[in-house]
Amino acid sequence: MTREILERKACISGIGQSQIGRRLGRDPLDLTLDACLAAIEDAGLTRDRIDGIATYPGALGGAPGFTGAGVTEVQDALRLELSWYTGGLEQPGQLGSVVNACLAVASGVASHVLCFRSVWEATAQGKGKRAGIGLPSAGGGDGGGFRPSGSMEWSLPFRAYSAANWIALCAQRHFHEFGTTREQLASVALNARRNAALNPQAIYRDPMSLDDYLAARMISTPLGLFDCDVPCDGATAVVVSRRDEAAGLRRRPIGVEAVGTAIRGRPSWDQWDDMTTMALRDAAAMLWERTDLRPSDVDVAELYDGFSFITLAWLEALGFCAKGEGGAWLEGGQRIALDGELPLNTNGGQLSGGRLHGYGFLHEACLQLWGEGGARQVPGDPQVAVAAAGGGPLGGCLLLTGPR
Amino acid sequence: MGDAPDKPFRLRPRVTAANEHFWRGGREGELRFLRCGPCGCWIHPPSPRCPACLSKDVAPAAVSGLGTVYSFTLNHQPWVPSPDHPYVIALVALDEQDGLRLMTNVVNCPAESVSIGLRVRVVFENHDDDVWFPLFEPVS
Repeated sequence: MTREILERKACISGIGQSQIGRRLGRDPLDLTLDACLAAIEDAGLTRDRIDGIATYPGALGGAPGFTGAGVTEVQDALRLELSWYTGGLEQPGQLGSVVNACLAVASGVASHVLCFRSVWEATAQGKGKRAGIGLPSAGGGDGGGFRPSGSMEWSLPFRAYSAANWIALCAQRHFHEFGTTREQLASVALNARRNAALNPQAIYRDPMSLDDYLAARMISTPLGLFDCDVPCDGATAVVVSRRDEAAGLRRRPIGVEAVGTAIRGRPSWDQWDDMTTMALRDAAAMLWERTDLRPSDVDVAELYDGFSFITLAWLEALGFCAKGEGGAWLEGGQRIALDGELPLNTNGGQLSGGRLHGYGFLHEACLQLWGEGGARQVPGDPQVAVAAAGGGPLGGCLLLTGPR
Repeated sequence: MGDAPDKPFRLRPRVTAANEHFWRGGREGELRFLRCGPCGCWIHPPSPRCPACLSKDVAPAAVSGLGTVYSFTLNHQPWVPSPDHPYVIALVALDEQDGLRLMTNVVNCPAESVSIGLRVRVVFENHDDDVWFPLFEPVS
């Protein structure tokens, strides 16, 4: 008996996004509800038909602005009658929540699951710069009082206050083993900026040259300022429906061909066996274990760029190029341009579009498959897209197919 | 914040019975990890069972303190104001076991001189309290 790929019973029936910007100063729940209601309307549904919620990371403390709303706030604000819900940090990355929704509708515990991710980091950080984890400037207490525990115990006391440091360690190892260069990595950032110029919602839309990239201040070698995504305020939502429940809705839904959620190595930023790969290696491998489609079938790729290096790692992990060859493959950037062989991060990613934290990639993948990318629409009627999110010990991805 | 003028600000870990051997081993000049009695596996971060053989017979033991830089980064971003930017954050692979690895700082050398493969040994930084931070310096 062949194994059933259960996620194919799920589809994406609608997408929505709030206003996106720097320091909007708006109530984060208000932004979240804007995105959620937009997605519900886009699907041609009404809120009384939403019977599930899935989100990442849910309501929690931590870095200011990291989460705009949890399950209960959204449920209560919209007075939803839920059959099933989930939210939390311990998931296969931000898109792990969408995978949960797919499995929920496929199993029949819900029919239409509202998935969302909302951030307000730009407003929360105010005029200050991006803060390090646990530091007084990040609400970590008075420095003498805050005591990191859990996984943070092994990084923060060594002055590694940010994922910028942790990912830099991965990037440096990749540079060492494979001869990857900053000029090669720049292709990810420059491509994002070119695409952002065509996206009215993007944060950074002014042209950027390789010289601009190289001249920007260093954050944590080999990562400079433009290797790091830009904090923003904004929310993204999608509705995941069971396919048989989506018939007759406003749109022909996007298909979920396969999901990747695996983590087979140690769940750690610093104890991962091969630091040039990260956990996304296993999520990507699993994706291809669940489909007959191949990397060459993918028409558009939306790959997490919290830091530029993470995109390179996803490209290798998903098999768009061989392990270790991501730098050379990216060189010049022609391959990943809108008219290239693999259009990448077509809305400007998080590097230039804004740090919507994972969900922005899924939103853009759906938009492209629906042919609604506007000025940045990938030519040739793309039919297969991959959306991937997460770095370090977090990684989750979805292979999506065009509307039918 | 209790940090000596010649030492950078550091967040202190929450020292517990489970991790005290690591954070206070420096008092005796030793870098300690849990080690499995039956199979000899070194364990980091600490865990009540050996991940290799699942034995509960695990106890702190000292390593040589010698290792190799697996990766590193020069942190330029002023998360906390400090005169010593850029400073070196490193992953050090310890000699005792493949995969026994620690995030730490490489000190007592120019930041620009650090490279992957550099041989290092442990040194401890104490801020006149009950935590000894295990850092590394080049083996000259």
